[in-house]
Amino acid sequence: MNVLIYAEHEHGQLKGETAKLLSAAERFAGESHVLVAGDNCQAVAEQVAHLAGVSKVLVAEHSCYAHQLAEPVSQLIEQLASDYDVILAASTTTGKNLLPRVAALLDVNQISDVIEIQTADTFVRPFYAGNAIATVKSLDSKKVLTIRTAAFDSVLNTGQAEIVSLDKVFENGQSRFIDETQTKSARPELTAADVIISGGRGMQSGENFVLLEGIADKLGAAIGASRAAVDAGFVPNDLQVGQTGKIVAPNLYIAVGISGAIQHLAGMKDSKIIVAINKDEDAPIFQVADYGLVGDLFEILPQLEAQL
Amino acid sequence: MKILVPIKRVVDYNVKVKVNREETGVDLTNVKMAINPFCEIALEEAIRLKEKGIASEVVTVSIGPQVCQEQLRTGLALGADRAILIESEQAPDALSIAKLLRQVVENEQPGLVILGKQAIDSDNNQTGQMLAALLGWPQGTFASKLEVKDNEAWVTREVDGGLQTLALTLPAIVTTDLRLNEPRYASLPNIMKAKRKPIDVIAVADLGIAVNSNVQTIKVTPPAKREAGIKVASVAELVEKLKNEAKVIG
Ligand SMILES: Cc1cc2nc3c(=O)[nH]c(=O)nc-3n(C[C@H](O)[C@H](O)[C@H](O)COP(=O)(O)OP(=O)(O)OC[C@H]3O[C@@H](n4cnc5c(N)ncnc54)[C@H](O)[C@@H]3O)c2cc1C
Ligand SMILES: Nc1ncnc2c1ncn2[C@@H]1O[C@H](COP(=O)(O)O)[C@@H](O)[C@H]1O
Repeated sequence: MNVLIYAEHEHGQLKGETAKLLSAAERFAGESHVLVAGDNCQAVAEQVAHLAGVSKVLVAEHSCYAHQLAEPVSQLIEQLASDYDVILAASTTTGKNLLPRVAALLDVNQISDVIEIQTADTFVRPFYAGNAIATVKSLDSKKVLTIRTAAFDSVLNTGQAEIVSLDKVFENGQSRFIDETQTKSARPELTAADVIISGGRGMQSGENFVLLEGIADKLGAAIGASRAAVDAGFVPNDLQVGQTGKIVAPNLYIAVGISGAIQHLAGMKDSKIIVAINKDEDAPIFQVADYGLVGDLFEILPQLEAQL
Repeated sequence: MKILVPIKRVVDYNVKVKVNREETGVDLTNVKMAINPFCEIALEEAIRLKEKGIASEVVTVSIGPQVCQEQLRTGLALGADRAILIESEQAPDALSIAKLLRQVVENEQPGLVILGKQAIDSDNNQTGQMLAALLGWPQGTFASKLEVKDNEAWVTREVDGGLQTLALTLPAIVTTDLRLNEPRYASLPNIMKAKRKPIDVIAVADLGIAVNSNVQTIKVTPPAKREAGIKVASVAELVEKLKNEAKVIG
């Protein structure tokens, strides 16, 4: 079964998800082609070509694909789809925006957040905020899946695929890009980080997140947050971990001043080691923590920074 | 302009669901049900647009069994003008839901459809995008801000790297993120008034749309259980454990 993978990129850089989608695609035992669509993305195509397992890179370069808006990109994929049995994208905001639109154009269902590919038509996915895990079988003619990339390893950089240019253009008179505010950070991306330290409502203010920064610097960690911390305006929305934010599974997750609501746990409970720092010894976060430290975060964090 | 708001009846977000013994689904007996939180936000946004004079009518629709009337009634109490129930005892697949909604859109001719970004039971996050594709309309998903000006909807979207703003030509589809607004509570007088507002009940069969279930659930299991670990007494002990026992820091 041949697979088409949608590659995400930004500022000429391929994002890490594609390497993981390729290892998911191996399960279908066919050729894997990767689609790179954008304004100016030759450099990205070359990065893709080096990934193991890619047999062809399809590049669609045109201003209509700038910002990878769903309307033109879904039409592009619809046109290509007749050559493929499976279409994959990551469960990122980009993948989630795009792939259901593609599926509906192809008159098939889309299966979200796949964590395991059992056979070519049977997939495993969490639902109910991760409180239940479903094994589902798709009867549709094509499988259109978003993949939770945290559940798959990256392929190596040992490939050398052919790059093919597409000249398809879908002018988009329906949606116009206005602007984008990117949160600038020198830290690793949340979904790619080995270590994450997250703050919750207990942090009390955005300024207090400096207490996490010092520790993050020492551990090379990404900084995350609970929804309550985002809602209170302490930190920007893209730091939110949880059912409706980012799903992470680092080696070490440190939850500071976070109670452990179901929706937060849904985003981090697959982390290898969880540490919880909370002044309430009955906080539900301790039920999933490997190491719990009961106490006032304002006393604990400076000590932790000093001892690392 | 008319606004259509599809709402889904789901388990209340505070309930921690359990997988049933047969491992065929989750146990929903005597569990509190509610409007999906993202749909409540969608409804609130539509009602605010009506209060600002931008929308003329807010219609809410739900697809599901008879009991979904409870959630539609709540929607009416919150400020929707009328409600439609597409009655279906079986749960259709996501594509079929989108096709049923397309039919409602064709009957009602709204200028804007606002949906939740995600149902907290299925965690699908796809209906709005599918509906947009079926109608050939533009989409603004995961909205944290919505402004209607001239013939456009300006949508600020919560994306992985930050925020993105798009201008969509109406008619359009918008799906809501949590920060779009804070839904109101229904007042007692409005709950009373809602009892007199109409709910149109339409059987799926009467819409003439083939409904499938092409995604079959084979098995449902509980997630791997995490054993609660230990409490450490001091920062020094924590650092020592992370280094020597868990070996996750250098
Ligand atoms: C539809 C829906 C989706 C949601 N999605 C998400 C999601 O994706 N992610 C998410 O995180 N939430 C989500 N939520 C919200 C979730 O239900 C909780 O409200 C939220 O996670 C609580 O955040 P918190 O733990 O920071 O705050 P709280 O629950 O208020 O907990 C604060 C904690 O800090 C501790 N604390 C306070 N002061 C100190 C101190 N000085 N030292 C040490 N500890 C201290 C307290 O003991 C408490 O345990 C969602 C909710 C809904 C309805
Ligand atoms: N059965 C349904 N009835 C009405 N609206 C629905 C239904 N299922 C999904 N929706 C709408 O689609 C949104 C996203 O749901 P989902 O794609 O299932 O995660 C919900 O927030 C609702 O607005």
